[in-house]
Amino acid sequence: MKHVKYWPFKQLVLVRTREFSREPEAIFWVYVFPILLMFGLGIAFRSGADQEVHVDVVAGSRAEEARAALGSDPRFQVAVVSPEEAKARFASGKTDVIVEGRGEGYRYVYDPSRTGAEAARIRVNDALQAAAGRRDPVPSASELITEPGSRYIDWLIPGLLGMNIMGGGLWGLGFVTVDMRMRKLLKRFVATPMRRSDFLLALMASRLMFLVTEIGVILAVGCLAFGLQVKGSLLALAVVILVGAASFAGLGLLVASRTDKIETVSGLLNLVMLPMWLLSGIFFSAERFPGAMQPLVQALPLTQLNNALRAVILEGAPLGSQWLPVAALAAYGILAFGAALRMFKWQ
Amino acid sequence: MPALAIRCKNLVKRYPGGVLAVRGLDLEVREGECFGLLGPNGAGKTTTIEILEGILPPTSGEVEILGHTWGNGDIEIRKRIGISLQETRLSEKLTVRETLRLFRSFYPGGLEPEQTIGLVSLEEKADARVGKLSGGQRQRLAVACAMAGDPALLFLDEPTTGLDPQSRRQIWEILKRFRNEGRTILLTTHYMDEAERLCDRVAIVDQGRIIALGSPRDLIASLGAEHVIDISVDDGGATAPPPSEGDLRALPGVTSVRVEGSTISLTVSEPHVAMPRLLERLGGGGSLTRLSMRHASLEDVFVTLTGRHLREGEAPA
Repeated sequence: MKHVKYWPFKQLVLVRTREFSREPEAIFWVYVFPILLMFGLGIAFRSGADQEVHVDVVAGSRAEEARAALGSDPRFQVAVVSPEEAKARFASGKTDVIVEGRGEGYRYVYDPSRTGAEAARIRVNDALQAAAGRRDPVPSASELITEPGSRYIDWLIPGLLGMNIMGGGLWGLGFVTVDMRMRKLLKRFVATPMRRSDFLLALMASRLMFLVTEIGVILAVGCLAFGLQVKGSLLALAVVILVGAASFAGLGLLVASRTDKIETVSGLLNLVMLPMWLLSGIFFSAERFPGAMQPLVQALPLTQLNNALRAVILEGAPLGSQWLPVAALAAYGILAFGAALRMFKWQ
Repeated sequence: MPALAIRCKNLVKRYPGGVLAVRGLDLEVREGECFGLLGPNGAGKTTTIEILEGILPPTSGEVEILGHTWGNGDIEIRKRIGISLQETRLSEKLTVRETLRLFRSFYPGGLEPEQTIGLVSLEEKADARVGKLSGGQRQRLAVACAMAGDPALLFLDEPTTGLDPQSRRQIWEILKRFRNEGRTILLTTHYMDEAERLCDRVAIVDQGRIIALGSPRDLIASLGAEHVIDISVDDGGATAPPPSEGDLRALPGVTSVRVEGSTISLTVSEPHVAMPRLLERLGGGGSLTRLSMRHASLEDVFVTLTGRHLREGEAPA
């Protein structure tokens, strides 16, 4: 009975959980930060956001005509301003296109290197021409894809999950281990009859526990606020996440296996994470990098994790089809964990 | 003759890089005694105690703890010893009780957190976070963690360094009670008053070796006299030359003389004989700016043996 009451594995997990939940900074980075990112990027790239065109009409000849023609379409944000003001507003990026009356017609001022400026110019011109009586010689119709499943936010959320799994594993194990080594707590622990495997397993187990809530929060916000649909099975998703998390936890332990300075481990962790932040397709597709870089890009564990997450969440891929990324992640994890155990310095 | 709790023979520790921290150290600590390793910083005390604790491997030498040796009976030893390292920063986010429950869980048998809290009188802080404790309270918690497994043998590396006098006395009381239950303590310290008040026997360690061993009383008695007179003389306006070391040593009742800067320390066996003759001798030799008499201490033993002080740069007490 006494033995059960003081199960060291349970105590170690409990203690780790308490430490984590009493650390406001950790809570912010793990739970709040990804949600903020999701809302920030989700709003910036929401469907239709880029269809709005800001037009300044320079006061003078034909100004009233242009304002009336454009103002009837809600997609145009029109303002009639003086030439100086138009210039100033354009310079600060507030307008996409300036419209000036010129004799019988109009002159458009815009910067073609700005995203969407060319399209904005065409739409303004179309609207003004139509208002003046233009008729298209060939009828046309468009179909707009805005349904959940193929929007940027759908693509982004699996990337955020991957990013969180990576950060949680690397920081959660790497930083915590070095901090304890620096405080001589590891040394103090191994001076007791505590089993070293209990300690390491507890560290991993508590990490996975935090992960369940992290993933849950991101997915819940994704589904409720952005209408994300998980097309694959939850079991497949859970397996991919678990293997990914264990893999990054192993990497975290490896990075932390010998160093006893927080500064050193922070630098090492950033060094490991930076290429994955950039190359592994969190915010934009890893396919965009040139072919010569692809072997490197694809070799990064986060690329494999993000690929598998997107396949399961967005395409509904069955687990069997994802054996390659899952096996790659498992291999990374096993190698890293094995090397970490061999090199681990307890004091 | 009680059994031995600790026995080590010809202990040597050479660190990578060649520094020889311990150079052939023999030690026997009996069950039930409080034993102190006294010495200045860098003497090899921490290296020695960490080898005995099984944390550091020795370069050579034999170590036996409670009848077991490291490498054969590690778990048996670990279950029965308690340790407080020189610096362990326990998790600040945990409470006292949570910390003790964790340490308790590492041992197959031991004391309930309530009991260890009681032993170190931290009842009022039981649910306070470690980060909110004072230095003395943290050190008491460290001692409580060492007691979590109800150990037969306690290792403490500088248990009161950096604490205020009241906190030091509280730690001493805790350790005395522990010892009075018939258990063994090995501690390191560079405070001679700590060694004198707490320890049954003391080994004076210097440069990786034991240079003196015995009870504090015996060690002090080895000086040949129990009192020390410290004087300072200002020889400005002197009518006669100040007394030389030889002159002072020739005075009746003086066993040794030590000059350090402007302070002269005389070890005397019979102060009532030596003092009047000393004052007489100093009569014309400048003005006396300081005169004090005290009991000889382990510090004097150390200075007599090595010519240095336990704590570098500090004047004799």
